[in-house]
Amino acid sequence: MAALTPISRTPVSFYVPMVAAAGAFAGLLVGTAQGSSFIGIVVGALLMGALAFAMTQLVTAEKPVRWALTLLLAVAGFAMAGLAAGIIGALFGWFFGWFTFWLFEGRYRAYVAPYLTAGQVLWHYTFRVICGAILVFLITPILVVMPLSFNAQDFFTFTPEMLRFDPAGYSLKHYEDFFTNSDWQGALANSVKIAPMATLLSVSFGTLAAIGLSQQHVPFRRAIMAILISPMIVPLIISAAGMYFFYSRIGLQGTYMGVVLAHAALGIPFVIITVTATLVGFDNSLTRAAANMGAGPVTTFFRVQMPLILPGVISGGLFAFITSFDEVVVVLFVGSAGQKTLPWQMFTGLREQISPTILAVATILVIISIALLTVVELLRRRSERLRGMSPA
Amino acid sequence: MTDAAQNTGPMMAADGTTLKSSLNRALRRQKLRALMLIAPLLIFVLVTFIAPIADMLFRSVENQIVSDTLPSTTDALKDWDSSAGDIPAPEVFDALYTDVFIAQERKLHTRLGSRLNYELTGVSSLFRKSGRKVEDMGEVYQDQFEDLNPFWKDAENWNALMGSDAWLGAQNAWDPKSETAQPAFELREEIVGLLPQTAEVFEIFADFVQNERERNLAKTDPWALVYSAFYDDLRREPDVSSYGGTGAAEMLEAMAAVSSFETVDTTAAFADIDKDWHDVEVWQTIQTYSPHFTSGYFLNAVDMKKSADGPEMRPDNEQIYIKLFVRTLFMSLVITGSCILLGYPVAWILANLPARTANLLMILVLLPFWTSLLVRTSAWKVMLQQQGVINDTLVWLGLVADDSRLALINNQTGTIIAMTHILLPFMILPLYSVMKTIPPSYLRAAKSLGATNWTAFWRVYFPQSVPGIGAGSILVFILSIGYYITPELVGGTTGTFISNRIAYHISSSLNWGLAAALGAILLAVVLGLYWAYDKIVGIDNVKLGG
Repeated sequence: MAALTPISRTPVSFYVPMVAAAGAFAGLLVGTAQGSSFIGIVVGALLMGALAFAMTQLVTAEKPVRWALTLLLAVAGFAMAGLAAGIIGALFGWFFGWFTFWLFEGRYRAYVAPYLTAGQVLWHYTFRVICGAILVFLITPILVVMPLSFNAQDFFTFTPEMLRFDPAGYSLKHYEDFFTNSDWQGALANSVKIAPMATLLSVSFGTLAAIGLSQQHVPFRRAIMAILISPMIVPLIISAAGMYFFYSRIGLQGTYMGVVLAHAALGIPFVIITVTATLVGFDNSLTRAAANMGAGPVTTFFRVQMPLILPGVISGGLFAFITSFDEVVVVLFVGSAGQKTLPWQMFTGLREQISPTILAVATILVIISIALLTVVELLRRRSERLRGMSPA
Repeated sequence: MTDAAQNTGPMMAADGTTLKSSLNRALRRQKLRALMLIAPLLIFVLVTFIAPIADMLFRSVENQIVSDTLPSTTDALKDWDSSAGDIPAPEVFDALYTDVFIAQERKLHTRLGSRLNYELTGVSSLFRKSGRKVEDMGEVYQDQFEDLNPFWKDAENWNALMGSDAWLGAQNAWDPKSETAQPAFELREEIVGLLPQTAEVFEIFADFVQNERERNLAKTDPWALVYSAFYDDLRREPDVSSYGGTGAAEMLEAMAAVSSFETVDTTAAFADIDKDWHDVEVWQTIQTYSPHFTSGYFLNAVDMKKSADGPEMRPDNEQIYIKLFVRTLFMSLVITGSCILLGYPVAWILANLPARTANLLMILVLLPFWTSLLVRTSAWKVMLQQQGVINDTLVWLGLVADDSRLALINNQTGTIIAMTHILLPFMILPLYSVMKTIPPSYLRAAKSLGATNWTAFWRVYFPQSVPGIGAGSILVFILSIGYYITPELVGGTTGTFISNRIAYHISSSLNWGLAAALGAILLAVVLGLYWAYDKIVGIDNVKLGG
């Protein structure tokens, strides 16, 4: 992004108090942890204000000074409370170095419109900090789970060893438990058996229906669409209750087939939505051209239509797969002990015998979902490119 | 000008039919083809999904268990006036004796007991107790008949008396060790006219032994109930002398003896089993729930109950469901509100940043969206605990004393925090797609015309983003109102939703009818919202992952 506003250095009376205020805030955190908030605030404000003044007025080379500050605070932190505090100190140092020069050189002004008042600039950055905090809120649970899964203790919290980055505080034992415990392995095997089967069912039926739905003249289109989308809308507990009652009547309750059928039904809306979205803007003259050149409907489907809608079909399939792989309410009711899936095992684990192996499983699942997310994103781009909706 | 005459007629297609009908046919064929493609999935969804929902709705009003288990009692009770305050007539107790006897043989009386216990506490133990003791009543007669003549002890004699000749022949020829089915019991015609009650009971007995127990009828002694029915029949003094088959002499002998038999007064005998049988309320409950269909479950689901004079509210200390529905709605609203509050700024910044940065930040939104629900719930469980990461951090910072750690889990706070996090992407994504379409120049134009930042946002930008808020809110609200897993794991007792209660009734209390009624109410709310969503956004416009 090009700079919008020419920048100039700001007066000492502006940036030193600002850095001192930030220093006071940091001092508050460190001070409370050490026992006295008030001393923390005073020391933090004075120290950071003085450092900011010294860095900009006494020394002029920006880069060395910032490195020096980082190093200084890292050493101070290490001296106070070991390795973890050292790393936190280094982060503080890096931040204050950057912050001081950002204010001093007037860089904060470069990318906002020149006509903004000081208050508006302040709001601009406050807003970004708020958004940043919300994004952190979104991602924190995942970030907390990952390191905790390497805990050497059977605790759900960071042990002092972990905070000291002591290798003894970390271990792979929860992963080992996951890969050796027959309960978890059985659950994994069940999940792997159920999800692909359910996906296959919903993708094959769903793709056909999506093609039918995107024809020009479909009687009762809205009603049919509403029925096909309903498994996504109806609360899972109601679907689960209904399936439990109905499947026990017809003898499917507690069978592999019952769970597969139930999961396939739940996955169908996702296939319908993604595939119909791909079919919007599908050029029907292509199928007519194929027919014109003597291809039957089946050949046309597999040689012309299918390659074009394949990205949509695959991402719909991935959605259906993750729905089944992640589903717990319906399988709790429709399945029996023989169909215990991974989420079910996690659910009972969380409710009854809470074991940190869950965190190891969670980490593995996060990695799987990152992989799936990447695949879906790549497919979406490919599909848009194929259909000429965005430049390559 | 002959051409002109031809042109006034209908246009013709190549095959000689009119163009209109030819086009119509093509259109019909097209429609048919589209339907053929949709049909497999439609049938699949109807069978695996819609039928179960319909079944659930049916269960919420179905109530055949009372009239199926106590057929003669409910018949006899029809004329009983419950408001008079008297217990029913002795015939009703006779019918009850027959019904409970058969039900306890089939082991159905406890099921009926627990069904009626939902309506009136204590009925369950009443039926269980009666089931155990009802046999004693019949044995009074059984002993007397057997003392009179050992003939009445034997199963074969009874069969010879009650069964038709054709069946007797078949039964004697049947080899119990063979794989073939036992010949189905048939009544002897003369006996039906002579001893109608005995015949009826014996037929039920024979059917039970042959089909449910799958035992050899010839070797199974009849129920005590058969003897009491036999006694009742004989007391009516039928023309026994007209019968000449097996046991005619014994029957005449019995007929002469019954008048001096010790009798059982069922009305008093049931009161001996449990004095609750003389409680009018028990009988009112049975009468109220006699019909095949009932609104009782639905009334129950809104804290009402059926009484002699129509529906009435339950006492205050038994009202839980309305409170639970209100709590579910309230918490869903709070969750939706906090999603708007947190989602709006993020969607705004995603829509206004340059594409490259926005795509990177989008990953932070999509990653939780794609992560397993249980992973996120377990993460929150770990973070919110008393000894969890958040409390530890707060204690370390000195913001909270070590002995007064915040209770963030197993209450409403826990549910709201965790569910806001889980549903936030569902708010951000629709908001983002709407905000993407709002041209940034509008805001600049407003500002250049002298609007302040706030006025420009409130009067120009916000109204254009309202459809996004609407779509996101309805989506989040629909999802949160029916949530089960997260409230179950982090909600404790005060943070649970109506769905947790439904699950409880299905798997623990086994009150399926009530679960179905609660589910039906929840479903109605959700479908109403779905309809609104369809009107506002259109189901075709549901997008997944940006």
